[in-house]
Amino acid sequence: MEQFLQQLLNGLAVGGIYALVALGYTMVYGVMKLINFAHGDIFTIGAYLGLTLLVSCNIAGMLGPVGALLAVFVMVALLTALVGYLLERVAYRPLRNAGRLSAVVSALGASIFFQNAVMLIYGARFYVYPDFLRPDFTVHLLGLNVPGVRLLVIGATVALMLALSAFIQRTRTGAAIRAVAIDPGAAQLMGINVDRVISLVFLIGPGLGGAAGLMVGIYYGQIDFTMGWSYGLKAFTAAILGGIGNIPGAMLGGLLLGVIEALAAGYVAMAWKDAIAFMVLILILIIRPTGILGERTAEKL
Amino acid sequence: MSLLELSQVRVRYGSVEVLHGIDLRVDEGEIVTILGANGAGKSTTLLSISGLVRPCGGDIFFDGKQLLRYPSHSVVGMGIAQSPEGRRVFGAMSVLENLRLGAFCIRDKTRSERSLSWIFDLFPRLFERRDQLAGTLSGGEQQMLAIGRALMAEPRLLLLDEPSLGLAPLLVRSIFDTVRAINQRGVTVLLVEQNARAALRLATRGYVLEVGRVVREDVAANLLADPGVREAYLGG
Repeated sequence: MEQFLQQLLNGLAVGGIYALVALGYTMVYGVMKLINFAHGDIFTIGAYLGLTLLVSCNIAGMLGPVGALLAVFVMVALLTALVGYLLERVAYRPLRNAGRLSAVVSALGASIFFQNAVMLIYGARFYVYPDFLRPDFTVHLLGLNVPGVRLLVIGATVALMLALSAFIQRTRTGAAIRAVAIDPGAAQLMGINVDRVISLVFLIGPGLGGAAGLMVGIYYGQIDFTMGWSYGLKAFTAAILGGIGNIPGAMLGGLLLGVIEALAAGYVAMAWKDAIAFMVLILILIIRPTGILGERTAEKL
Repeated sequence: MSLLELSQVRVRYGSVEVLHGIDLRVDEGEIVTILGANGAGKSTTLLSISGLVRPCGGDIFFDGKQLLRYPSHSVVGMGIAQSPEGRRVFGAMSVLENLRLGAFCIRDKTRSERSLSWIFDLFPRLFERRDQLAGTLSGGEQQMLAIGRALMAEPRLLLLDEPSLGLAPLLVRSIFDTVRAINQRGVTVLLVEQNARAALRLATRGYVLEVGRVVREDVAANLLADPGVREAYLGG
């Protein structure tokens, strides 16, 4: 029982990170029907920016550990949002009317560009996050000793997901994003500026993805320039699992994938966790090809 | 000066020109109808007015302003709303959310609440179903929603594309009655219809389109009486 709960919490932490990255894939797919392959690399950029800000800028010295983490968190999210915005302007907007394959090639190119840029700037080696900033307290919960950093990651990812849900469901701008995802032409007939909605999605998605990169750095303490590939693939999987284009689906898919992996690692073997996670994905897609929450409403003619 | 004026509007899809210089005008307070067979360019004409299709030549004036100089999404705010072909309601959103999106350009909440209660008066059915997902409505109800959603933008000019398509005859009548009621509230209407007879009875003037050209333009009563029009569009 104790092992199960520990693995569950671990899975929720990792799953929350997957979910944050998956949201970027799914929101971009929702409004543009494009898989933004460079999204995983924006996640990497978030991790490296976090490292640079924490190590070189002496923010910790100025604000103390808690203030530094918060400040870096906000700065990383803003900076990666900016990277995402520029990515859309440079790599996707000029190809808006050029057919979907051109945009996919552009996305792959942007991914290679980002990955190599990080490698050239930082070098092709592992980096270790400063551990004096790692929250190292332990919480006693239901008879378990839970590392504080795990609870922090769970708390932060859940808070971000709730905030995003509220924004999408309850605000006028959120409704505009949903409308563009359903039918960009009809949305434009409402007077919605589709370009602006797409830009906004390319701020929110990469902002969340960058923040997730920072969380991985803090949670695992170690980053490298290819991390965007593996996390990107997992998050993309999570988005498909939940139903690509569906925002609650990405959250559910991410958490589910994280928990399945953690349980597989705990009960079967560490080496089998990816195999089992992908087996579950395949099974779910055989039963529900649209993903768990995908395409619930049928269009009437 | 007419409220809306199209002058030599040409539209190309890829390398195929589908509108070969359309001239058309709509005066304030009128109901004008565009008749024509499938593929004549009726919907393309409406889409080019709303800015969803960009003409490659010609000019569109609305209220004296050159529409093509403005970004597409600003057309609604200038007073042109459209209920498009195929209705295109947001299926995964509720009826109420669809209507509120129609008022996207209206920042004044009390004004859009007033429009909302007018639309619920026009279409009591929408009020009954306000919390239902639009995708679960019947075809006729979706049509009401598409028209209501366009009206939420408080348009001076309402573009209606085939509002009677696929509806039961009784419902067709009530939709046309509603269009008349909307017009009597001071909204100018440009109506594209397959149901030519009903459209001409409602309209003040009409245009006949054939393969991307205006081939006739006249007062509705004259078109109704015209043997050529009768044979081609009114079933003899």
